[in-house]
Amino acid sequence: MINKGSKTMLEVKNLMAEVGGVKILKGVDLIVRSGEVHAIMGINGSGKSTFSKVLAGHPDYTVTGGTATFEGKDLFALAPEERARAGLFLAFQYPVEIPGVSNSALLRLAYNTLQNERGLEELDPIEFEDLVLEKIKVVEMDANFLSRSVNEGFSGGEKKRNEILQMAVLEPKLAILDETDSGLDIDALRIVANGVNSLLTADNAVVMVTHYQRLLNYIVPDFVHVMDGGRIVRTGGKELALELEARGYDWIRAAA
Amino acid sequence: MSTALHNLVNQPYKHGFVTDIETEVVKKGLSEDVIRLISKKKNEPEWLLEFRLSAYRHWLTMEEPSWASVTYPKIDFQEIIYFAQPKPKKQLASMDEVDPELRRTFEKLGVPLHEQKMMAGVAVDVIFDSVSVTTTYKAKLAEVGIIFCSFSEAVHEHPELVKQYLGSVVPAGDNFYAALNSAVFTDGSFCYIPKGTKCPMDLSTYFRINTEGSGQFERTLIIAEEDSSVCYLEGCTAPQFDTNQLHAAVVELVALDNADIKYSTVQNWYAGDENGKGGIFNFVTKRGLCKGINSKISWTQVETGSAITWKYPSCVLLGDNSIGEFYSVALTNHLQQADTGTKMIHVGKNTRSKIISKGISAGRSSNSYRGLVKIGSRATGARNYSQCDSMLLGDRCMANTFPTIDVQNTTATIEHEASTSKIGEDQMFFFAQRGIGSEDAVSMIINGFCKDVFVHLPMEFAVEATKLLGLKLEGSVG
Repeated sequence: MINKGSKTMLEVKNLMAEVGGVKILKGVDLIVRSGEVHAIMGINGSGKSTFSKVLAGHPDYTVTGGTATFEGKDLFALAPEERARAGLFLAFQYPVEIPGVSNSALLRLAYNTLQNERGLEELDPIEFEDLVLEKIKVVEMDANFLSRSVNEGFSGGEKKRNEILQMAVLEPKLAILDETDSGLDIDALRIVANGVNSLLTADNAVVMVTHYQRLLNYIVPDFVHVMDGGRIVRTGGKELALELEARGYDWIRAAA
Repeated sequence: MSTALHNLVNQPYKHGFVTDIETEVVKKGLSEDVIRLISKKKNEPEWLLEFRLSAYRHWLTMEEPSWASVTYPKIDFQEIIYFAQPKPKKQLASMDEVDPELRRTFEKLGVPLHEQKMMAGVAVDVIFDSVSVTTTYKAKLAEVGIIFCSFSEAVHEHPELVKQYLGSVVPAGDNFYAALNSAVFTDGSFCYIPKGTKCPMDLSTYFRINTEGSGQFERTLIIAEEDSSVCYLEGCTAPQFDTNQLHAAVVELVALDNADIKYSTVQNWYAGDENGKGGIFNFVTKRGLCKGINSKISWTQVETGSAITWKYPSCVLLGDNSIGEFYSVALTNHLQQADTGTKMIHVGKNTRSKIISKGISAGRSSNSYRGLVKIGSRATGARNYSQCDSMLLGDRCMANTFPTIDVQNTTATIEHEASTSKIGEDQMFFFAQRGIGSEDAVSMIINGFCKDVFVHLPMEFAVEATKLLGLKLEGSVG
């Protein structure tokens, strides 16, 4: 997907962050351009999920050093909702349940908030229904999911598909998928991956955070980064993921 | 709690203005003389004065209840003005005669008195301080035999009905505040739906306490005869004073065979400021009697105001197969205290009741659900389902649930579910990550939480309730 006209979307330099006084990120560097697919891999506790939450602005995490720009804007100067409205999307590892709030109501509010931000007309429930019924095909979900409460009583796989549905409706510039593959059976994995692939264009980008190589069989990355001890210690092409699958992480840790 | 959430909860009260209107008040304090004076001012028949005096004498022997989970300084009942009414007192022949200042007050509150502008065909009885100011659509309702008028008017025009039903559901000596109300009540709404009549429009009462230091003691009596039905709405606001005002109302509902009464309240009395200064003490007794077979009484309440709420709209299910329902949302913020719930008393066979209670606490408030489900020995096949959910915003508020279940018949089926949740940081972050600001997020979460109750509100009330919860919580989440 790398094309010549690509622009720098996200630029992270020497990012350091902590949670509850514990240092987790110890100098992360990453550049993501439009049209690119990145995978960030690493063992538990390496800082992968923290990295995605810090970028999205989770209040539990404190940035203690470094910078991050999103389309040239200082990301850390923006509130979490402003980052989202600027086009940064995080698919959650553990999607929350919102009892009593229907999926379609949530999607419409989020969509119309973005429309306002972009100076475009809001959609009324009937117009929005047409849009969302089209989008829901991307994740092969039944329309009755729209009237159900957000994630309430959803299976693990349904929750993850629901995240991708939100991505499809909001059309972010940069989507960070935080372990979207975890807990998915092979059919759900295929559906989620097809959904993501169908949303990729030359103007957006995806960062996948994952443990396993198997997701990368479906969503093929341009770059694979290995995170360890709160830093990216190695970057390669998609073959790096295969090597990790075959050899484990220890050899990289030893080399680092 | 984030600043956004905090600001969201701490919206100023917008009904806190005082109307500058000439008011006739009886000097403060309570005695048999004051009661006689009120009765005389209202030109009441002897039997009603006797009702008042016997209630007063009984009240003198009673003690203020202390079992509720609320604390407040002792009320000095001699410091309260028991009667205040806007002048002039002459009988109003039409809407045009309503004092323009009073009319502006209700327009500010969104209660237009001009019939042509009436909200979607709802008949309104307006109670300002102690008296009923006007009742709209009276003539139209009279065509189908429905009586909808002020309580005082009913006493004169329909004494036999008032005499028959007054105190039949809430006896004068029922409890401390009901006894006080029975002694000094000044006005209220009266509604009678004759046999076989479906009330063609929603009926509504709008209460407003204006005079500082005055209490409001209104009395509502609704009678639905065989095969009739009515939907009744009640709204309340008060100006902002530093002193507490006492509101001790009594509402009695009677449903005969196959009758159906739906009673909805959106209570937005002034709640006091963020330090708990001022606000209404809302000590109210509401009870419905399902007297006939297959009768049904349904209470829906949205309680957002008052410094203290002490209120248990209840149903006595006397008729076989009768149904009682209670749907409640109670929201407390700052230093508000609410102790509210219901009593479902199953007497008849195959009686059914349903309780859905949603409590939301923010600030340093305290919010308690207190309920009684009682299945009598003759109530074969009785069923109850109760669901009590509490939601906490922030970490300085309190939610309590005090359910009592008393079953004296082995064929009864009782279900009780309860949950406590907190608007979590993860939920807020999820909304933010989807670009949704904290106010919209809280309002969406709260409305989702209250959905099971809101669906039972009439449309225009549901809209008002949704807005109200958003306003009350402005600044409290984040």
